[in-house]
Amino acid sequence: MVAYARSEVLRTFRNTRFLVFSLVFPLVLFVIIAGPNRHEDILGVPIPLYFMGGMTAFGSMMAVVSSGGRIAAERQIGWNRQLRLTPLRPGTYLATKVLCGYLLAGLTIVLVGAVGIALGVRLSVGEWAATIGLVLVGLAPFAAFGVAAGHLVSVDSLGPLMGGVTSILALLGGAWGPIASRGALLTVSKATPSYWLTAASRTGLRGAGWPLQGWLVVAVWTVAMTALATWAYRRDTGRI
Amino acid sequence: MPSSTPGLAIAGLRKAFGAVAAVDGVDLEVPGGQTIALLGPNGAGKSTTIDLVLGLAEPDAGTIEVFGRPPRAACDAGIVGAMLQTGGLLRELTVRELLSVMGSMYPRAIGVDEVVELAAIGELVDRRTHQLSGGETQRVRFALALVSDPDLLVLDEPTVAMDVNARHGFWTAMRGFASRGKTVLFATHYLDEADAWADRIVMLARGRIVADGSASEIGALVGSKVVRATLREAELDALRALPGVAAVARHGDTVELTCTDSDAALRALLAAEPEACDLEVRSAGIEAAFLALTGDVEPTADPEPVT
Repeated sequence: MVAYARSEVLRTFRNTRFLVFSLVFPLVLFVIIAGPNRHEDILGVPIPLYFMGGMTAFGSMMAVVSSGGRIAAERQIGWNRQLRLTPLRPGTYLATKVLCGYLLAGLTIVLVGAVGIALGVRLSVGEWAATIGLVLVGLAPFAAFGVAAGHLVSVDSLGPLMGGVTSILALLGGAWGPIASRGALLTVSKATPSYWLTAASRTGLRGAGWPLQGWLVVAVWTVAMTALATWAYRRDTGRI
Repeated sequence: MPSSTPGLAIAGLRKAFGAVAAVDGVDLEVPGGQTIALLGPNGAGKSTTIDLVLGLAEPDAGTIEVFGRPPRAACDAGIVGAMLQTGGLLRELTVRELLSVMGSMYPRAIGVDEVVELAAIGELVDRRTHQLSGGETQRVRFALALVSDPDLLVLDEPTVAMDVNARHGFWTAMRGFASRGKTVLFATHYLDEADAWADRIVMLARGRIVADGSASEIGALVGSKVVRATLREAELDALRALPGVAAVARHGDTVELTCTDSDAALRALLAAEPEACDLEVRSAGIEAAFLALTGDVEPTADPEPVT
């Protein structure tokens, strides 16, 4: 099934719409916000470092969720039925979709990081590794959400849905900037997977990984979203 | 494949959607190498039957075997290829890339160049799939159905989006593939397509097989005429026994005789029933033939007058 995975990667990188949202958009935003203020601080943190984290979180989140768009588009043209006539296993199909999302996310992480370095961000190798590793883990619930949405929603409604959900989650999670330092809003914020994804991508500035709460929140969301994706997939294909 | 194993064996097949029986007890055996047309009006159960044959839906009852294997196993082994009724092509790939990746999934796929030649899509191979017209897309979908070198090729109303020239080219390509000893099952609601390109025609109506025969037998039946007359107190059984009459129906004081030979039937009718009046002879058309065969009395569309 290497050829199948290869063709999926090819399609992912040929689809300009998804590339724009998950790559170009966060990069441009990062440069616009952090570029002119690269010597300024926000909350005592250099602005490039702070927004590098936010844009990494937002861009990589968009990248893995975008697999849902590809699933919905394939459902719309009946391609899922065509694939069911082949020996391709559902597990391979879904794994390939998730893998492509992660590849796109990886590219986002690398490019945002490169822009960060160009704007003066300096992290140790250990900090880079910890940041990237935690971000990849933190993307898991979003990858599952993308699969679920792809099987539940039509391709026309999917754009607004994913745009809306990811923007709200990015906002609540603090990817755009600090949303709350205490109180109920912080409690809500800390219950979102995007808060911990953003925290992961700012490992470099906090100097530490997730506390237990972070691991728990991400694990619970991953399990819940995977269950939703499994249900959505079965409902959609009529498989048992 | 041993020659004794039929290409397709369907027994007691049933599938209902809610209260509607889409397939209502179908038995069908297709010998290997035969090209068979499933002919029927919309809603006859053709597509549901095909979905069941391909394993895209589970039957409520009955069994299906493709060269002795259940549908799912047949698909996995690549011995079934299908062109579904609706569907587009995966975007962002060229036709060649698409055929190549689909072929890579099968144990004994035909090479891309051979598929391209079989489906006669040479001029399309380097185009991106989303740049193709509707008819071109259909031809590529046909090529996709061939990549696994299937022993059974299933085509669900394949020519719907094609113009007359494209249709002819398509069926010629189908016959080229069938001539390799392949079994072909295609659904259509065009009698002329079934007549021209199938060895055998099975007519489906309301989920049941209402006729099964060679193209010329079915053609005669469907190409039949309807004689309509006002006739009180007619014995339907006696009318059915008249020469040239295939089926009889009555609405009120009017009787309708579906005839294989309307001249003979008309003469016999007037001899047997001198009271008969308001006589009309019309070409039955496929819809009316279906209705006659299923015993329904109300045609859904007005038959065309004979000119």
